[in-house]
Amino acid sequence: MNAPSTTANEDLFAYPQDRACPWQPSPGYQDLGRQGPLHRVRLWDGRWIWMVTGHSQARRLLADPRMSADRSRDDFPSVLPRLDAPIFKPIAIIGFDPPVHDVHRRLLAPDFSLKQVRAMRPHVEDLARRLVADMLREGPPVDLVEAYALPIPSMVISELLGVPYDDHEFFEAKTVGLLQAKSAEDAERAGRELWDYLDGLITRKEHEPGGAGVLSRLASEVDEDGDLTREDLLRIALALLIGGHDTTSQMIALGVVTLLEHPDQLAALRADPGVLPAAVDELLRLVSITDVSGVRVATEDIEIDGEVIRAGEGVLVSSSMTNRDSGVFPRPYEFDVHRTRGGNAASGRQHLTFGFGIHQCLGQNLARMELEVAFSILFEGIPDLRLGVPLEALPTRSGGTMQGVHTMPIEW
Amino acid sequence: MTAVWVSADQERCISGGRCMAATSEVFDQDEDGLVVVLTPQVAPELEDRVRKAAYLCPSRAIRIGDGPSEG
Repeated sequence: MNAPSTTANEDLFAYPQDRACPWQPSPGYQDLGRQGPLHRVRLWDGRWIWMVTGHSQARRLLADPRMSADRSRDDFPSVLPRLDAPIFKPIAIIGFDPPVHDVHRRLLAPDFSLKQVRAMRPHVEDLARRLVADMLREGPPVDLVEAYALPIPSMVISELLGVPYDDHEFFEAKTVGLLQAKSAEDAERAGRELWDYLDGLITRKEHEPGGAGVLSRLASEVDEDGDLTREDLLRIALALLIGGHDTTSQMIALGVVTLLEHPDQLAALRADPGVLPAAVDELLRLVSITDVSGVRVATEDIEIDGEVIRAGEGVLVSSSMTNRDSGVFPRPYEFDVHRTRGGNAASGRQHLTFGFGIHQCLGQNLARMELEVAFSILFEGIPDLRLGVPLEALPTRSGGTMQGVHTMPIEW
Repeated sequence: MTAVWVSADQERCISGGRCMAATSEVFDQDEDGLVVVLTPQVAPELEDRVRKAAYLCPSRAIRIGDGPSEG
C-alpha cells in the first residue's frame, strides 16, 4: 500500500480541482500537464496516486493487461469518498478484469454495435423533434437540461434496456444522488434504492418473459451456475442505467454551451452538416465530460518513460489533459470543428474521452449518435437559441465528478 | 508497390466499431457485433485509413502485415 506516512504527501498536487471554464480542465491540471506526462497527486484520504496527462502514456497504460480495473481489490484506489461505497466495489463490466469482463461485455455487444445504433437513429430524431416542438410551445425561458438534454438519453436507455420511462424522475434523481454524492453513505443509499428498484423490475420480467429490451432478454439467460447469475444481471442493469443517461445528457448541455460560446464554430457546423460527426468528436475531446478516462491499479511493476509504477500503486488517467497533449492535438485548447481535416494522425478522433483498452465505453456509438441528433435538431429547430444567463452564472458541477450543469436556462 | 494485408482477431475484439467507422470499405461487424474484415488485401488508397483504424482499435485486435494472415 502506498504512502504509509500521509504527511509526506502534503506537498503534492491535490486531486480533484474544479474547472474555471465549463469546457476547459481546471487551471491546476493545465499547470500539471505542462510539467510532463506522469505526476504524483494527493487524494482526499491523504494517499497519493499517479495522474497521467500524456496521451501515449495513457494509451499504453489503459491497454496494459497488468493494470487492473477490479474495484473489489484491497489496493484499488478510492479516488473520491463516494467511491468507497460498497455499491461501487464490484460494479459490472467496468469494475472487472478478464475473463469475467469479457463474458459480460460480449452479452451486450450486439445491442450497442454500430449497426444497431444506426438503426435506432430515426427514432431518436423523432424524439428530439418532439422535444423541440414542446419547448417552442412552452416558450422561453426553458431549462435545456430538463426539457431536452436529459430526456433524450433517458428515453433512449429506458427503451433499450426495457426500463419504464414513467419511472424516469426516480432513476434520474437517484443516479445524480449516486454519482454526485459527497460521502460513501449518501452514495450507498442512492445506489441501494436503484438496486431495489431494478431487483423489482427484473422480478417482473422473470414472471412475464418475452418483454422488450436488453434486460428482458438477459433475464431469460440467467443461470446461477453459468456466465450470468441474477446478481450479475442486477449489477449490469445498474451500470447500464447509470452509465446510459447522465454522461450523455451533460455532454449535450455542455456541448450546446461550447457551441454557443464559439459562434464561428457553430456557423461552420451550420454551413456544412457533413462536419457534424467530426464536430461531435471534437466536442467530446474538448469537453471531456467525465474528466477521467479510467482508474486502475498496477498488478506488477511497470516501467514507463523512465518512471516505475510499482505493483499496488494506483493510476488515474485524466481525459481532459490527455485530450490536450499538444504532441497529438495541435492548438489543444482551441475548439475546431475542422480538426479532423487533413487526415493522418492529427485527427480529433483519438481523444480518450471514452477511455482506451478493453474498457473503452460500451455505449460510445450510441452516445455519438445521440449527440449528433441532439445538436443538429436543436439548432435547426431553434436557430436563434441563446443562454438565458451569463456563462459565469451557470450552476456547474464540481471537480472529480461527471462534469456538467445543474440547470441551463435558454432563451430565443 | 507492396500490397498491405489486414487481419482482425475476434477473440480480442470488444465491438467498439472504431474500425468500421473509420473504414467501412474494409471492416464490418457481424451479428454479435464482432469485427469482420471484408477485404484482407487493402487497396493502396485505403492504406492510411486502415492504419488509422488499427491505431484507434482500443483492444488492438487489428494486425497489418505484408502478406495474408495465417489465422
